[in-house]
Amino acid sequence: MQHDKSSETEFEAEFEAAVALHAPQLQQSFAQGDLQEATRIIAQISQVRERTLYLEVGRLTRELHNAIIDFDIDPRNPHAQEMSQITDASERLQYVVNMTDQAANSAIDLVEKSAPLVTYISYEAQSLTADWQRFMRRDMQADEFRLLAKRIEAFLLRSLHDSDQLSANLNEIMMAQGFQDLTGQVIKRVMTLIADIESNLVKLMVMAGQVDRVVGIEHSAEDLRKKHHKKNNSNTGEGPQIHADKLDNVVTDQVDVDDLLSSLGF
Amino acid sequence: MKILIVDDFSTMRRIIKNLLRDLGFTNTAEADDGATALPMLQSGNFDFLVTDWNMPIMNGLDLLREVRADDKLKHLPVLMVTAEAKRDQIITAAQAGVNGYVVKPFTADTLKDKIEKIFERVNG
Repeated sequence: MQHDKSSETEFEAEFEAAVALHAPQLQQSFAQGDLQEATRIIAQISQVRERTLYLEVGRLTRELHNAIIDFDIDPRNPHAQEMSQITDASERLQYVVNMTDQAANSAIDLVEKSAPLVTYISYEAQSLTADWQRFMRRDMQADEFRLLAKRIEAFLLRSLHDSDQLSANLNEIMMAQGFQDLTGQVIKRVMTLIADIESNLVKLMVMAGQVDRVVGIEHSAEDLRKKHHKKNNSNTGEGPQIHADKLDNVVTDQVDVDDLLSSLGF
Repeated sequence: MKILIVDDFSTMRRIIKNLLRDLGFTNTAEADDGATALPMLQSGNFDFLVTDWNMPIMNGLDLLREVRADDKLKHLPVLMVTAEAKRDQIITAAQAGVNGYVVKPFTADTLKDKIEKIFERVNG
């Protein structure tokens, strides 16, 4: 019965010692045909086994209890849901979704407000340029020029006003990016929460492994891995690729997409 | 030219709508899922479909397959605009009959280019 001695508990060591102690006596009683003595020795070993099992289970139960406390939820607590780390992490991520949605919409609003101002300036400048060139070629009557002068004056006034407005809009767009600071902080916190949860889960896994050992069960790692293998369904998506540059089966940009499609005749 | 824009994120629908408007396509409608988009397509006389892939109820690939399987819709030009970037997926979409594939993040020029290419092929 080979197993890792370094992770053996004191109870297991005690049991092994009891077996080692009684084994020669057991062999001897069989050799002498003394079945009664043999049965008595086996009962004694059994008792040690039961006691160590009992103490081992007690130890694991206490550890399990502590691990659950680490998760910060007592399932009997009516507020367990609100206090759970995962609920907390979810709420924080929802906050990130809300903030980024708001920021994106604000920025687009400002762009939509600014675009017409720019379009007007461009349009009117083009039209005035054409007329100004006529004037420079001396291809314009005096009264036409008076009208042109008025238009130019109006244009200058309008441009002054609109450029102030555009400046203000650009500034607001910049300010709208302030979400990144807040969402960045929240995301970092969620990363910590996740690492925390993972380490608590690993503790539970180790304990589960110990339970297996105590009761003598061995799970084939091979079988477990097969059951866990995720079905690779190319119907469902994976979301944005964050390691595109390091993976072979992922494209890095539109040029890659176009090359792939044309190489297949699409 | 009536265009349906399908994406579960409203900000993306807004961006595409604005880009299409800049290109002169002002007659657009929106849907937030393949499931809401399909009935709109079936009753709406759309000339062009722009769709995302990942959507909660019916994703873009399934929507594309439904469109290609419907007698009235099977010739509808479809442009996919999506973050999905695995080669397998791009090939799957192409084999399912998508007319163009734009990967996010994308530029206004890319969108313009792909739309123009699709119409060249459709009219040519």
